[in-house]
Amino acid sequence: MSDLIKIYGGSVYDPANGIHGEVRDLWIEGGKIVAQASDPSAPVNRTIDASGMVVMPGGIDMHCHIAGPKVNVARKMRPEEKRRAERVKRTAITHSGTMGSVPSTFATGYKYAGLGYTTAFDAAIPPLAARHAHEEFEDTPCLDKGFYVLMGNNHYLMKAIKDNEPQKLKAFVAWLLGSAKGFAPKLVNPGGVEVWKQKQAGNVHGIDSMVDHFDVTPRQIISQVSQAAEALRLPHPVHIHCNNLGMPGNWETTLESMKALEGRRGHITHIQFHSYGGGDGDENTFNSKVVPLAAYVNSHPNVTVDVGQVLFGETTSMTGDGPLGYFLSNVYGKKWFSGDTEMESGCGITPIKYKNKSLVHALQWAIGLEWYLLVEDPWRVVMSTDHPNGASFLAYPQIIRYLMDRTYRQDVLKTCHPLVGKRSTLADIDREYTLSEIAIITRAGPAKILGLKNKGHLGPGADADITVYTPHENKEIMFEMPRLVIKAGRVIVEEGEMRESPVGKTLYVAPEYDLELEPDIQDWFEKYYSIRWRNYPVDLSYMHDPEVVGMRS
Amino acid sequence: MATVESKAPASSGDLKIVKDATCTFCGCVCDDIDLTVENNHITKAQRACVLGKAWFLNHEIEDKPSCLVDGQPATLEEGYDRAAKILVAGKYPIIYGLSDSPSEAQRVAVSIADWLDGTIDTTTSVCHGPSGMAFQGVGEVTCTLGEVANRGDFIMFWGSNPAESHPRHFTKYSLMPKGMFLPNGRKDRTCVIVDVRKTKSAKAADIFLQIKPRKDFEALWTLRALAQDIELDANRVQKETGIELAVWQDLMERMKAAKFGAIFFGMGLTMTRGKHANSEALLALTRDMNSHTRFVAKPNRGHGNVTGADNVVAWRTGFPFGVNHNRGYPRFNPGEYTTSDTLANGEADCGMMIACDPMANFSQPAREHLGSIPYIALDAKETPTTRAAAVAFTVATYGINTGGTVYRMDDVPIPLRPAFESPHPSDLVVLENIEKRVKMLRGVQG
Repeated sequence: MSDLIKIYGGSVYDPANGIHGEVRDLWIEGGKIVAQASDPSAPVNRTIDASGMVVMPGGIDMHCHIAGPKVNVARKMRPEEKRRAERVKRTAITHSGTMGSVPSTFATGYKYAGLGYTTAFDAAIPPLAARHAHEEFEDTPCLDKGFYVLMGNNHYLMKAIKDNEPQKLKAFVAWLLGSAKGFAPKLVNPGGVEVWKQKQAGNVHGIDSMVDHFDVTPRQIISQVSQAAEALRLPHPVHIHCNNLGMPGNWETTLESMKALEGRRGHITHIQFHSYGGGDGDENTFNSKVVPLAAYVNSHPNVTVDVGQVLFGETTSMTGDGPLGYFLSNVYGKKWFSGDTEMESGCGITPIKYKNKSLVHALQWAIGLEWYLLVEDPWRVVMSTDHPNGASFLAYPQIIRYLMDRTYRQDVLKTCHPLVGKRSTLADIDREYTLSEIAIITRAGPAKILGLKNKGHLGPGADADITVYTPHENKEIMFEMPRLVIKAGRVIVEEGEMRESPVGKTLYVAPEYDLELEPDIQDWFEKYYSIRWRNYPVDLSYMHDPEVVGMRS
Repeated sequence: MATVESKAPASSGDLKIVKDATCTFCGCVCDDIDLTVENNHITKAQRACVLGKAWFLNHEIEDKPSCLVDGQPATLEEGYDRAAKILVAGKYPIIYGLSDSPSEAQRVAVSIADWLDGTIDTTTSVCHGPSGMAFQGVGEVTCTLGEVANRGDFIMFWGSNPAESHPRHFTKYSLMPKGMFLPNGRKDRTCVIVDVRKTKSAKAADIFLQIKPRKDFEALWTLRALAQDIELDANRVQKETGIELAVWQDLMERMKAAKFGAIFFGMGLTMTRGKHANSEALLALTRDMNSHTRFVAKPNRGHGNVTGADNVVAWRTGFPFGVNHNRGYPRFNPGEYTTSDTLANGEADCGMMIACDPMANFSQPAREHLGSIPYIALDAKETPTTRAAAVAFTVATYGINTGGTVYRMDDVPIPLRPAFESPHPSDLVVLENIEKRVKMLRGVQG
């Protein structure tokens, strides 16, 4: 039994329950929020005076790269950025670690907690390496965690689509999620990664390009997987990294990808990287196309997005999009990692630096901010940097300041390449976010989009993941060091000092499927994989504190 | 602890079959072995290669105490206490080995190094450490072994002798398999072997190139130049590499004509003159080849879980091997924090050697220094290293007696299915008990 805690006097921001800054008391018992103590005579273990403070649910990062083979390769590949980075020293209760753009596992957990984040989802795990991701999760404390399973270039999946066998496809999606103990289907450059594996600089070049050998198009993959996910009633149906990431003129591919959902629910991720006008690889034509894309999102409630905000500085690009990694390594001329996983996926990693004097980079920065400011319904746009691709998750407080303080935003815009003002609408946008809206795009919204009933709100039954902030005029200062962070009813951080570092839960789905279709999957598997069928699925012993998230009703 | 069947079935006199067991003898980590177990003896190891058969069929439980302190039998508790005291008393404790332990045990070993502000290093530092450093310089274009099986129509081995070191490499992954895009298996592939001597692998090759010893770097740069159509002086190429320019040109034509090329390299490249510069040249060549077609490279790793050691040390510290915590946070410097150096330089003042045998294979100055400091050894067998240890634990053998996770040479994590129980504790159990005591002595509550 964990402690009985009372938090009183704070201004509570719990938009999921319609509470916008009202002074409320909160009770915590057994790691959950309760309406009141089950035994009114029970002693209160801790009373927290939050008078004058802002109280929100714990933050949720729904798209980051924090675990698994790709992230770990990047750690190995980038020793040069660690010596001058902040030092994470061992203490009596915490492990040591390293920072840089790809922090070590323990450091990742501590730093997220330090920002008031208590849940995070890794966005791209090859199911063949799922075991690796789960092992790292156990070494990434302070967070509840889950991951999305790469399947947009999976051979069985493409074959089921080509053969027009939706029942097989549905069973396969369910089997694959269950085998990996993953949370949601992820499509990365659907079809394009397979073409990359087949030929030099291979890729698909649009949503209707045919994937060699498999004779399907990205549009079919998006459409059919979203149908299967809907039929399975998955809590987060499909998480899509569109084709043509980063290419001038890619906004049309993005628009068509949203249309390919045909009204079914779907999430377009790091949409900033997919909102570019221009073409022919000519930097001079590069411009923002957020206005038409946001108009589509605003009028189509089935579509949600996260931004993938770029911030200026050095970082590491890492992606399941193999051909993109090749493209970026040629652009930047730095070291390059590419790793193809049999039957499933690819991977590309290269160091990059975003400069405010570069027109392309400054436009990417502006385009990200346009997305936050032009989507009318904050429940359908989520804060992300696609950590570490656009920037580190540590930049979230800075993004909050950009959104809540238009003067600051405009001042920074003035330091950027002069053409940014002409190629985007950022200079003309006056909107400023409220604290409630910040609570939506960093907690309540992602919880809703992910189908997490116990997260992102402070009503009875919710996980007691709570962040208490000290208000400050400068919102970056306010959000970069919470007064208090509570995880599952335990105080884990106070004023930047770690107090406890619980391991956290693993969140996954266990969809049911037609077991009679499994032998067909097994036949295929045994023909092509280099490991044994029985050694592929991850069993529960790999998960420290597993929690099955239920299907949508 | 994570494993498919973490506890081996209790021993009985009955015959038992363990299907899909994993062999941890080499980096191939074959997970398709069917073991027949009779009276705590493996009598058959179906599909295992000659090395795998020796690994499984010759496995004997050591008839010696699980713990020796100063060479005398002791209880495990006494051993754990003494081990923790030795490590905590040191100013420069080193932990080394790890490549024949499951990742679950490796994680605990890194924790102990962290709580001690000590140094952690793995056998990578004496095998593919140079490849790890080369990787930090240029990156790597690579893939899982199933990609090679399904797509690789041009297979090259450089300074690697899989016929003897990884006997199922050819049949399971690289040469023989009939893959998705190679319906005729071996007939659809070209095999090239480059080495300084005619190894047993050479007869598997369509083309064998015997280059001059210590000239790997020059040979690789010859190919890099040819990949970019740079003109070369034929006399000089032949003089430097021992191979005619025309032969290199022919090879490059074949490489460019391949649809999917793969280069596997071994310690014949990484541990000869040039070391990490050799690995870097090979990785850069592979990268260059991607301007023409698809090409990948992969080190043929030796120990069963040396790849897991790289991964675990990297995810916990940010660096793959040779990590020092003396300042309370991880620092990386191969040549300084690598074990052969901390020993030969006389810096380490106590240590823990996990499933490795530096007393047999390190330099004389390193061995002499290790012999002069108190250290703990964990091994399934008696070795020169266990014999000279202040505390020696006889541990159960991973993959045969204990479960856990092993990372194949291509980073694919594979679970272990143990065959029968050992009377000795696993290295995980020993390390957890030492960690518990180290934490207490160091005042760690985490």
